[in-house]
Amino acid sequence: MEFTCLSEGKGFYYPPCHILDISGFRILLDCPMDLSSLLVFSPVPIDPNPIISNEKTSLKIDKPLDASSLICAQPRYRTVKNLILWDVSFIDVVLISSPMGMMGLPFLTRNKDFSAKVYATEVAARIGQLMMEDLVAMHKEYRQFYGPEYDSPEWMKWDELDSLPIELKQILFGADGAGFAGWMPLYSAADVKDCMLKVESLKYAEETCYNGTLMMSAFSSGLEIGSCNWKITCPKGSVAYISSSVFSPLTAMSFDYKSLQRSDVILYSDFSSCNAADNFEADNNVSNSRCFYMSFDWFIMSSLLSFLFTFLFISHYSDDDVNLEASIKLGSVDEYTEEMEKLNFICSSSIDFIKAGGSVLIPIGRHGIVLQLLEQLAVALENENMKVPIFVVSSVAEELTAYANIIPEWLCEQLQDRAVRGGQTFKAGQTSMAKIGKNRQQIELMMYLFPAIHSLKLLTNWQEPCIVFCPHWSFRLGPVTHLLRRWCGDPNSLLVIEKEVDAGLALLPFKPMEIDMKMKVLQCPFLSGITLQKSHQLLKLLQPKHVVFPEILRQHNKNNGHSETSFSFSYYKENEKVHIPYTKKDSELDIAEELVNQLQSATLTKQEMTIARLRGELVLEQGRQRLILGNDE
Amino acid sequence: MAIECLVLGAGQDVGKSCVIVKINGKSIMFDCGIHTGYQDHRRYPDFSLISANSGDFTDSLSCIIITHFHLDHIGALPYFTQVCGYNGPIYMTYPTKALAPIMLEDYRKLIFEGREEEKQFSSEDIAECMKKVTAVDLKQTIQVDKDLQIRAYYAGHVIGAAMFYAKVGDSAMVYTGDYNMTADRHLGAAQIDRLQLDLVITESTYATSYRDSKYVREREFLKVVHNCVAGGGKVLIPTFALGRAQELCMILDDYWEKTNLKVPIYFSADSFSGLTLQANMYYKILINWTSQKVKDTYTTRNPFDFKNVCSFDRSLIHAPGPCVLFATPAMISGFSLDVFKLWAPDERNLVTLTGYCGSGTIGRKLMVAKPPTRITLDDNVQLDVRCQIYQLSFSPHTDAKGIMDLVKFLSPKHVILVHGEKPKMVKLKEIIESELEIPCYHPANHETLHIPSTRRIEASASDAFLQSCLCPNFKFLKTDPRQDSELDDDSNNKRKMPQLQVCENRVAQGLLITLQKNQSRKVVTENELIDTIGTEIHEEKFAYCCPIYFPNSESRDISSFHLILFGKLSREFPDLNIQDCEDVIRIQSFVGSFCSKAKCPYRTDVSFQSVLDTVHFCCAWSMGDEELAWRVISTMKNLKLSDRIET
Repeated sequence: MEFTCLSEGKGFYYPPCHILDISGFRILLDCPMDLSSLLVFSPVPIDPNPIISNEKTSLKIDKPLDASSLICAQPRYRTVKNLILWDVSFIDVVLISSPMGMMGLPFLTRNKDFSAKVYATEVAARIGQLMMEDLVAMHKEYRQFYGPEYDSPEWMKWDELDSLPIELKQILFGADGAGFAGWMPLYSAADVKDCMLKVESLKYAEETCYNGTLMMSAFSSGLEIGSCNWKITCPKGSVAYISSSVFSPLTAMSFDYKSLQRSDVILYSDFSSCNAADNFEADNNVSNSRCFYMSFDWFIMSSLLSFLFTFLFISHYSDDDVNLEASIKLGSVDEYTEEMEKLNFICSSSIDFIKAGGSVLIPIGRHGIVLQLLEQLAVALENENMKVPIFVVSSVAEELTAYANIIPEWLCEQLQDRAVRGGQTFKAGQTSMAKIGKNRQQIELMMYLFPAIHSLKLLTNWQEPCIVFCPHWSFRLGPVTHLLRRWCGDPNSLLVIEKEVDAGLALLPFKPMEIDMKMKVLQCPFLSGITLQKSHQLLKLLQPKHVVFPEILRQHNKNNGHSETSFSFSYYKENEKVHIPYTKKDSELDIAEELVNQLQSATLTKQEMTIARLRGELVLEQGRQRLILGNDE
Repeated sequence: MAIECLVLGAGQDVGKSCVIVKINGKSIMFDCGIHTGYQDHRRYPDFSLISANSGDFTDSLSCIIITHFHLDHIGALPYFTQVCGYNGPIYMTYPTKALAPIMLEDYRKLIFEGREEEKQFSSEDIAECMKKVTAVDLKQTIQVDKDLQIRAYYAGHVIGAAMFYAKVGDSAMVYTGDYNMTADRHLGAAQIDRLQLDLVITESTYATSYRDSKYVREREFLKVVHNCVAGGGKVLIPTFALGRAQELCMILDDYWEKTNLKVPIYFSADSFSGLTLQANMYYKILINWTSQKVKDTYTTRNPFDFKNVCSFDRSLIHAPGPCVLFATPAMISGFSLDVFKLWAPDERNLVTLTGYCGSGTIGRKLMVAKPPTRITLDDNVQLDVRCQIYQLSFSPHTDAKGIMDLVKFLSPKHVILVHGEKPKMVKLKEIIESELEIPCYHPANHETLHIPSTRRIEASASDAFLQSCLCPNFKFLKTDPRQDSELDDDSNNKRKMPQLQVCENRVAQGLLITLQKNQSRKVVTENELIDTIGTEIHEEKFAYCCPIYFPNSESRDISSFHLILFGKLSREFPDLNIQDCEDVIRIQSFVGSFCSKAKCPYRTDVSFQSVLDTVHFCCAWSMGDEELAWRVISTMKNLKLSDRIET
């Protein structure tokens, strides 16, 4: 078994990407796209004049970074660089573990040599498709502005690239300056459609078989609605691929770690804890800035509670299995309340700003968070008895919210319960659906879904102050660019973004020269993986024989005493092949009882064994090898 | 090993479905229904038969599986969990879990309300019972415990209906519950994988009927309704709140849309707290469980958002003008009876009977009535019935063809029929046994069946063995075209048959080693055996030094003789691979060469020490090639003069 990490990814929106060679088959794990690299481009200008003034004052090396230094061109999109080095035709299976993990898939499937089977959960596939369609729709604005793209755009020329500020170069060439590769023109809507035809969708825990040998099942990972971890079983053993997982998420079904128990090998691919490590540092610096709108432009929300809980959690730690499980659960409850608290905080801040006459702009791309936030905001507004409209502006808003309402099976317990008891899951999307239940309160709720910022219905219903949810979190695409331009000078308005987004660079084009943005920014870190403390307990509970960790966890594991564990482990680095031995030397074989019964065996007393000549037919089915009576002529 | 199957309900009967299956020591209860035809203890399955000695059901059952929310499949569940005290896992699909409490509550009110002494379970019991339920999705493989695995497949009968697959060790079975093999207006057809099964337990409600297209029957229904409202009549459709109501509503709503009818369609909203409206809410979020057609239209419009349907106010009973009213319950009592009393005397009106009506109910009376007539109501009041009566002819159950298709597709080793009437079951059993050659049973209630199950023996296999199994073993069969034309004059047929046919017949050959110590088994190839058991190879060989008549042997050299011999053998054995290298002839394990020794130990003709014109050829072979070796030797011995001349 061979494992190669192609990309460690970058947070929630750019999950890692790996290749696994197992019993003769090559499996690609996720095919994401790095949308944060869009930051090097300038959003579509309002009037074409700035472009002319943007003439390069040449030979100026390392010029300071400002709005004008961003590339004014139709953006290209950064795929997994190392994947290009692999022969597409040798990939047998592609496993998708989240909607984000399939954003780069059309680049792969439009290749003529692509012949692999793609598996994704039903919901990840659907949401992923909507996200890709939305991306294509948003990109159209660029195309309309710049016209059709030529083979090699001006900005990709060497001296042009060389004259860019160092911050942008770092994004373009990678942090190590390794190379400029993997920048592709965006796929078309037709590519997305073709791609979806190649995706085979599964339910959670549905077993699927590839070539009779590999059995694969997806189990909920809790990161996002429909996201999953994979368990791959072959006659020589089983492998669990653990991507970023959340034990007790707000919307998605919780992390189903029990189904991954007793896998022989665990491929640990949750990098979130590495990001979280520096999060804590940053938090310490600004944790006293809870009254953010008084003096701080940049605000990071932290909850001291989380630290308290962590300490409690560690002290409760015990070796006993039952306690382990209990402790994970205990921690999960905290996770849930902690995340809920973040949302409540966003809600209460939003209401404060609206009271002050400003509007709230929320360009968050996590659907689970958005749905839950819509819910909380609706409740908060109702409690305050405020008649403030909530607009959701996206080309797929209607489809997405409607879809979220018909998949109660894929949601967390709390929402499932609500569905079972009340026959509804989310308030969003119900407005367009509920007609019979006129007595329900949600009609009071002013929630509107619009496909685009220029749609007529939006213009007629528009009213400020308001709360707007819209894409895209990169601030380069979609309705958010226009709304931000409108509100960036308003000190009473609030922008809610995620901690993961490089706010400095992202908001650069919206800060006119030398003037700081007046709009207040709330930057919120959402949970997007297993915390380090829990990963330790989790692995104890899963009882694997071998674990493969990312290299960056080596130091942590040393500190945490992973060396005393019951399993062996190794580390992997980007673009380095790791050999993982099969835990069993021999494969399993089932022999039909009829066949065994007719055997004539001889006993070897010295060796204490019996031997018998065996003759039959080998059948490989559902990942099991069986020997049955052959049809001897 | 055997599968033990105890039928507690729906054996040669319809009602209180309940089957206990014990596979390799794991007991599973499939369905836990009530019999709506009985009012006494016969209403419930006889649970006492489950555990003969102890009364602890939690210990004796591994899990309960409920296929769908109809009362004859779920009705006794609250009783079993809350009164009998079963506390183990219960599995059902998400829609069933969502809709079952509505069904159970409806039933509880209907049967127990006002009859306190008979009360078997309360609202709280239903709620408590539902808390113990684990909801499952289709195709999800659920590991109930270490050995027991279950999986749900779409059954199409009502929303959320599922067939269940259960596997313990090597034995596997499917319990179908109720299913429909053809898609209807709002649900898809049953779907299942091809599985290796020891047993299929299938429903057989329509074991002998064959139905034609659903659309013909739908049209007929619409025509009757349309004619009635066109003539200013009112249509009463007494129905259960779930399933049938939604299907008919969809048909009518669709028809109304197409024909632009403006006649109002009502749902009765008062008597059962808007049960149907509540159910519609659920149908909307459960759209993924409906048919593909419904799902496809979903993005533009939720098909359960009935445009022409509104809720009914009691005051509207007396309102003039035509209308269509859905009223619960189906067998006409309670609210639907109130409406019926008012509307029945008018011959313009129509009553549509939608399903099964228990004996003694007004529904049953109407089924046989020929209006205009008079029927007796409960309180000995006579009622003039002049309205038309129409019986719906479509059903969400599969017909005989569907049952046969499913059984044929699954090809289990055994079939058990439940949920049907005995005479029909007998007929179907005969067809299954004769046409499909699968043993089939139709046990009565409380009967236990024992069915043998497959078992496999686990072993580990070496890589070399698996490699050797993958070696292709082609066989080429030449067909003689002349022979063909003699046998078969059909020229078309001849052209289809290629002259050379290739068939592949892979054989796995190896050795099974069983360690006496721990009975662990391992399969290896012959070559590996030596390493495994740690001994040396002892090979048995035969040798014979054969005298060959060869004139003038002294004057000729040995190599020319070799050529003669080789030529002869090649001609005699064209099929064999004969190797000639360095004065040694090899045919498989046969090795032969000239023997120049004066006293070869393998020589038999010792008496003639040196016969003129005779050379000796020393041969050796192993046991497997004995027959071949003797054929070769006899060929050599008969080496004729002619062979010599040719060279």
